[in-house]
Amino acid sequence: MNFTNKPARAALLATGLAAAIGFSAGAANAAETVVMAVPTFLTGAGAPAFGVPARNGAEVIIEAINKGTLPAPYDKSGKGLAGRQIKALIYDESGGGVKQVAEFRNKVQKQGVDLFVGYISSGTCAAITPVAEELKMLTIFPICGTPRIFEEINTNPKYVFRTMGHATADGVAEAHYVKANLPDVKGYTGINQNYAWGQDSWRDFDLAMKQLMPSVPASDKAQWPKIFSGQYGTEISALMLSKEPLVHSSLWGGDLEAFIFQGAARGLFRKKKLLFSVADTSVYRLGKKAPIGAIIGARGPYGIFAANVDTPLNNWFRKVYSDRYSTLPVGGSYQAAQGVLAAKFAYDKAAAANGGKFPSKDQVIAALEGATYQGIAAKVHMNRSNGHQAATKHMIGVLEWDKEAGGPIMTKVTEFGPDCVMPPQGINGTEWLKGGMKGAKC
Amino acid sequence: MQELIVILVDGLVFSSYLFMVAVGLTVIFGVMKILNVTHGSFYAFGAYMSATLIGAYYETDWPEFGGFLAIFAAALIVGVFFGIVLERGLLRFLYHRDEHIIVLATFAMFLVLEDVLLMIWGTDPYFAYQPMSLLGSVDIAEMTFATYNLTLIALAVVVGLGLWLGLTKTKWGKLLLAVIFDREVSQAMGINVTMVFLVTFIIGAIMGALGGAYIAPTISVSPGIGVEVIVLAFAVVVIGGMGSIPGAMIGALLVGISRAAAVHKFPEIELFVIYAIMALVLAIRPEGLFAPAQARKI
Repeated sequence: MNFTNKPARAALLATGLAAAIGFSAGAANAAETVVMAVPTFLTGAGAPAFGVPARNGAEVIIEAINKGTLPAPYDKSGKGLAGRQIKALIYDESGGGVKQVAEFRNKVQKQGVDLFVGYISSGTCAAITPVAEELKMLTIFPICGTPRIFEEINTNPKYVFRTMGHATADGVAEAHYVKANLPDVKGYTGINQNYAWGQDSWRDFDLAMKQLMPSVPASDKAQWPKIFSGQYGTEISALMLSKEPLVHSSLWGGDLEAFIFQGAARGLFRKKKLLFSVADTSVYRLGKKAPIGAIIGARGPYGIFAANVDTPLNNWFRKVYSDRYSTLPVGGSYQAAQGVLAAKFAYDKAAAANGGKFPSKDQVIAALEGATYQGIAAKVHMNRSNGHQAATKHMIGVLEWDKEAGGPIMTKVTEFGPDCVMPPQGINGTEWLKGGMKGAKC
Repeated sequence: MQELIVILVDGLVFSSYLFMVAVGLTVIFGVMKILNVTHGSFYAFGAYMSATLIGAYYETDWPEFGGFLAIFAAALIVGVFFGIVLERGLLRFLYHRDEHIIVLATFAMFLVLEDVLLMIWGTDPYFAYQPMSLLGSVDIAEMTFATYNLTLIALAVVVGLGLWLGLTKTKWGKLLLAVIFDREVSQAMGINVTMVFLVTFIIGAIMGALGGAYIAPTISVSPGIGVEVIVLAFAVVVIGGMGSIPGAMIGALLVGISRAAAVHKFPEIELFVIYAIMALVLAIRPEGLFAPAQARKI
């Protein structure tokens, strides 16, 4: 094109003006939306078990919030967050803490993100927490499990929230369950991945067992495979040779599934009683290959444990999710949805307190601090770590195969209240466990 | 005594696994002097292809044991396809470049292939447990082992022996050794080095894919499996000596049995053992256990 002639210059000018108008219109539209970043594992080993189910769960809720189709108790709260549509930026959490911190800064400083609802890995959450506080960015962790977030990394958070219980709740609930259901157990060992999640899980289960069943010995040869190693033949031999009849495991995703295949082929599940903290992520996928008869958890009342929760919100969520993704929601789906609902609850509550006007960030934070809101499967009590850490009820049970329904079901389920399994406000979980879990209401 | 036998069997099974994932890497390096990071992709594609073909096979009414053919078919399909595409489409343009550039290029290709894998198979895991279930289990020293895992030992021996015989007893192997010894003189003597490189790369790719294809029935085939494997394969190859097949075998045995002993006796140092052996070998013999000392060309 020749830009020296008049028509061409006019066309260029017109194009420039149109672009400028379009831009300003876009900016105006942007002001009417809430930009929500949703980091989750879309690639790598964390994607199938947690990342993609979490994305799916978040998508279902975000769409319903934008359309105003959420069932009760959110059916009268109108569309969007305090009336504004959510613009979701769903992106990959893979790559480790350093990359995610850079991405977090980029999203905050260059892409105008208003809040984050995401992160699955304990390692990522640990890396993001100080940066979120530094940048004063409202950040809701829906899943990551390490108790260290508010017990070591930031004991006085303002901008960071976590909307589910942490690993201490899992360990305590499991120990209570073992005490009630396996009172004569002669000892326990474990196989947990050698990183923050696996170490914290074993530590808390072990400490809780020492309090609740002090005469039951723990093995000094608990297994510590590398995360994502996929090969467990040697560990399975060691577990089968050990004299302890109970095996605790917080393996998840592909590691859990590989362990189940390899253990089943060698008769491990006939010889030992297995207790899996997060096996719910695999029960639908594995079908009859799932560890039938094992004690399992879902890190709370989620996934398969919510199958019989008969509320409009849960029934709607399960139907929409399964229609759309051709599978039932697992723990990660529920937990991510619960995180997004926290934003819905907080923005709407803050707007109501602000005379119906769109609230400021500080008003949203104030609305969520210490609040109790309805998650998909249970009530979420934001009453730990100065109102920034959630406590919910917890459930543990035995996995069985329902021949009539042709699918996995939970049996012998025990429900534990939030004040039974989570350390009280202001008390470090490890100290609480070592001190005999004082103040627990079971 | 029982524990000792179990450690030995566990160690041999894990060593066989390590050898299978490392041998292709060392073959390619031995001949082409390329540190091929896409080896992890060959493993991952082999596993996915194997899971897909096994799944498809068991949808039919064909004989159950035929499912094992799917494993080898997967390795051949993946190895031949990627061997040709990568060697002809990428590496041949880089042979005259610095080794570091080639490593970076193969690393870039590894990242690209990870995404291609996601585009083809998505993020859902694939299961192909039928061959493992089919073979059942055997008891050794009152310990139950999956027979399928024990066949891995046989496969590693066959592959190792086959490669050794191929290299030392065949005309093609002698041509290969000549190229390994001196690429330029071999070319001057009329050896088709281009063809030798292509065939070597294809064989290495098939070996990598076979590792993944054979392991697939024992794991959940899911994104990221190639990443873990490449680290282990490098450790084994470095210990044994880059480019040495006997080195890969000894390196795998050393790591496999030491790790098995650690898991049984001191499980908390399982991770440490592999890299401690590597550090020790590199400190004493930086070129690895079996790599010959290199004469410097002037």
